[in-house]
Amino acid sequence: MRRAAKDRSAFSRRALLIGAGQGAVFAGIAGKLYNLQVTQHGKYALLAEQNSISERLVAPERGLITDRFGTILAGNQQHWRALFMQALAPEPQAVLENFYKLVPLSDDEKARITQDLQDRPGYIPVLLKDWLDWPDMAAIEVNTPNLPGIVVEAGASRIYPLGPTAAHVVGYVGRPNQNEAKTDPVLSLPGMRVGRTGAEDAQDGPLRGAPGFVQTETNVHGEVVREVAHDNGTPGQTVTLGLDAGLQNLAVQGLAGNAGAVVMLDATNGEILAMASTPAFDPALFDRGVPSATWAGWMADAKHPLQNKATSGLFAPGSTFKPTVALAAMKAGLLSADTILTCPGSFTLGNHVFWCDNHVAHGSINVTQALTVSCDVFFYQVALMAGIDKIADMAATLGLGTDLGADLPHVSPGLVPTLEWARSKNIHWAQGNTVVQGIGQGYTQLTPLALATMMARIATGTAVGPHITRRVGGVLQTGAAPTDWPALNVDDRDLATIRQAMFDVVNTPRGTAYASRLQLPNAQMAGKTGTAQVHNNSAAEKQKNFNDMTMAWEQRPNALFIGFAPYDNPRYAIAVVVEHGNFGAQAAAPIAQAMMTYAIQHDPSGRDTPLTQPLQSTTPALPVNNT
Amino acid sequence: MMLDNSLALRRPFRDRSFGVVRKLARVNWLFVLCVCLLAGVGYTALYSAAGGSPQPYAQSQIIRFFGMLVMMLGIAMVDIRFIAKLSWPAYGVGILLLVVVMLAGHTGLGAKRWIDLGPIEIQPSELMKLFLAMALASYFQRATPEQTGSLLYVAPMALAVLIPVGLILKEPNLGTAVITGTIGAMVMLGAGVRWWWFAIIVAIIAVSAPVLYHHLHDYQKARIDTFLNPGADPLGAGYNIIQSKIALGSGGFFGQGYLHGTQNQLNFLPEKQTDFVFTIIAEEFGYLGSLAVLGLLFSIVALALYTAVTCSHAYGRLVALGIGTNFFLYCFVNLSMVMGLIPVGGVPIPLISYGGSALTAVMLGFGVLQSIHVHRDVTFASPDDL
Repeated sequence: MRRAAKDRSAFSRRALLIGAGQGAVFAGIAGKLYNLQVTQHGKYALLAEQNSISERLVAPERGLITDRFGTILAGNQQHWRALFMQALAPEPQAVLENFYKLVPLSDDEKARITQDLQDRPGYIPVLLKDWLDWPDMAAIEVNTPNLPGIVVEAGASRIYPLGPTAAHVVGYVGRPNQNEAKTDPVLSLPGMRVGRTGAEDAQDGPLRGAPGFVQTETNVHGEVVREVAHDNGTPGQTVTLGLDAGLQNLAVQGLAGNAGAVVMLDATNGEILAMASTPAFDPALFDRGVPSATWAGWMADAKHPLQNKATSGLFAPGSTFKPTVALAAMKAGLLSADTILTCPGSFTLGNHVFWCDNHVAHGSINVTQALTVSCDVFFYQVALMAGIDKIADMAATLGLGTDLGADLPHVSPGLVPTLEWARSKNIHWAQGNTVVQGIGQGYTQLTPLALATMMARIATGTAVGPHITRRVGGVLQTGAAPTDWPALNVDDRDLATIRQAMFDVVNTPRGTAYASRLQLPNAQMAGKTGTAQVHNNSAAEKQKNFNDMTMAWEQRPNALFIGFAPYDNPRYAIAVVVEHGNFGAQAAAPIAQAMMTYAIQHDPSGRDTPLTQPLQSTTPALPVNNT
Repeated sequence: MMLDNSLALRRPFRDRSFGVVRKLARVNWLFVLCVCLLAGVGYTALYSAAGGSPQPYAQSQIIRFFGMLVMMLGIAMVDIRFIAKLSWPAYGVGILLLVVVMLAGHTGLGAKRWIDLGPIEIQPSELMKLFLAMALASYFQRATPEQTGSLLYVAPMALAVLIPVGLILKEPNLGTAVITGTIGAMVMLGAGVRWWWFAIIVAIIAVSAPVLYHHLHDYQKARIDTFLNPGADPLGAGYNIIQSKIALGSGGFFGQGYLHGTQNQLNFLPEKQTDFVFTIIAEEFGYLGSLAVLGLLFSIVALALYTAVTCSHAYGRLVALGIGTNFFLYCFVNLSMVMGLIPVGGVPIPLISYGGSALTAVMLGFGVLQSIHVHRDVTFASPDDL
């Protein structure tokens, strides 16, 4: 028993030592906990805050662009894209490497991503890849644990149902460049696009909308646990253009692969009903990024597919300028409907001979006849009578060579020379320069948009301005009502004379555009053809006709036509330019004929809903029994 | 004194000197109170872990706890001398279960540590720690200082420790293996085995660690690597450590308030209801809450030692020491892991963490501990009776 007691005390000694050791360990734990919880509290509290909730901005959906009847010209299509929230990734570089293994990207893209990661604050996710296909998505899904911070979400890409048909007027969008993203952080959101041309550019503000946000809680793996708050932001507003998709289609069909442009206006208020420029391009390519081969192809194309020829293509107006010259002389009191001038087939100034078209002698004619047969010699003389500055004044009144204030980007005012302009350019202005001005050659350069505006102003006697936007967010814009526009500062009788002459051009057998008269029971088109020389013909060529099909394509003259309809109550004005199309009457007027027929039958002017039944269809409609 | 002993010698197992009521009165109720308080802490933490709901953790865990409490008190009523007789059979069953688990593990998927016994899931390695302590105590209870000083006498017990440790390592469960080995060492130390032998073993382990490391499983290596350099594997185990430390640190002195710990409520920690449950208390109740829990944990360790020291028989002393050490090691490993001091090892904090196996094993041990406490004054008969 003594041994038992001795054992017990020996055990107690050891047990107490062990207990003391364990107590010391607990004390150590308590001390370490104090260090963690109290001493370093500030550091860890901050870490905890960064950990828990992250906010990221969400790009708003871009507004739709529709034609006047609601046909979608620019819309959004859902696709899947991979975004990267670097704040959620403990090691962003490693995550990116993992991602690149799954979804190979080009070096350019990788460089872009690296740049974006440096530039952008944490709440803005960086786009890794748009348009994920199913294999990509599956690969990302399966490897989620290795990809903290990578989010796959639905994004919207821009689609253009009409494709190249309305490419120039609707425009396209592109990714914001680095500078834009720096000035407006919202633009650095993945999916944000900036309008680059056309209505997309002109109405970029309303179309953009305001961004929303998503607040998420994330767990240790950078995976989203749940959404705390979600705000979709304000989607962009719908922009309703004055365009009529039917007319737009018809214009492109009419140009039939030629290089050229067509502008049709609602003559009563200047709304653009159709604006075609060919050849065109697929605007959706810009949203995705244009393949370099495609881009090189566009750049090399002599027909300049990217240029909107309707607003920035500059063309000598040729004979379509003659009404302006006539009106200038009439306003100055130098010409009236009764003034008779003689055309012997040529006009000699000093020792230079100016020929009439085809060297034909038209004899003694008045202004109406001169326009109908498109006599050049008559207008050589009128131009000399009026003088260069008066012609320029009238041109400006009619919207030529001046800023039209159109709500479209890249609209060139064109050029109608004045003496002051000649002086500023150090050009010696000779009488001969004024003579060719009479037939729209020489320095005069105008856009189809300006020609259509001039046509609309002559047709209605109202100083309408061309514009593309009819409604923004459903609200009718200023300019949609004919009364929004002032009367034209031109005598109504002069305008009537010109309109009468232009009626004869299309509707009398002598007229140059008789073949393109409307085949409708009670509506007529009035117009003027133009065949504008683009090439300084050699002396030998001048002995022949300068508009010869044997010439090289780029040396052939441009074919032009301007017109309005219906003659007795003008609502539609058109300008057609077919580059190097030779004769205006043959290449340009038939396009106007087709479009005017459609316009009169469907009568889009002032309408927001299409007619269910075409007006004045070729087969007479049965009387409707309204009971 | 002589009289007592002679009586005991004559009627060793018919010595019913007191009935169940007296036995219940002899239970260390302060110890039971501490255990219940810790279970209450566990309920509080698990309620919070579920985002303020008794489902799915807190309610089932507290029901399980009350079942285990009844079991513990039931075991406390069992005569410690009867339990002592079961020491080696229990050890044998423990080894058998470990082998079964190992074989089942080959047919199952990956690591297999569990045996499903209907309503109670049991991790044999948890049971093994208790059975090992009992077996060693049974062996050493009558050892003389000469015997404990003899390598030949101690060597079989070293083997008895190494067999389960090896099997547990094979499972693989590094943390529990180390704990099991440490328990064996502590019991042997308490039995009087020379302390410097342990010093030599520790030295040998330190030297051979690189070789051992080579034979570890990849994920065990990863844990150690992560421990040595948490930045290297931020999304793996190291991230748990970082997040755990953030949870502790963001608690501050007074805590973020119950159910308001962001780390907890936002699910930054996987397995927070099991291994990392302490962070919930620490984050929401701050350093004060941590200290209170530490105090309760240490009270249990201290009360187990008190039972050991006050026990009149060597078997009870050694088993109580083993049980107390087991509980201490649970706390030490878990808290060190939570604070990022040692590699993450899948060791829960007993009575607080969610889960049945650790609770069952710990309460089983506490039952034996209370049996020792209740029967602290009984006398063991001659070796023939055991």
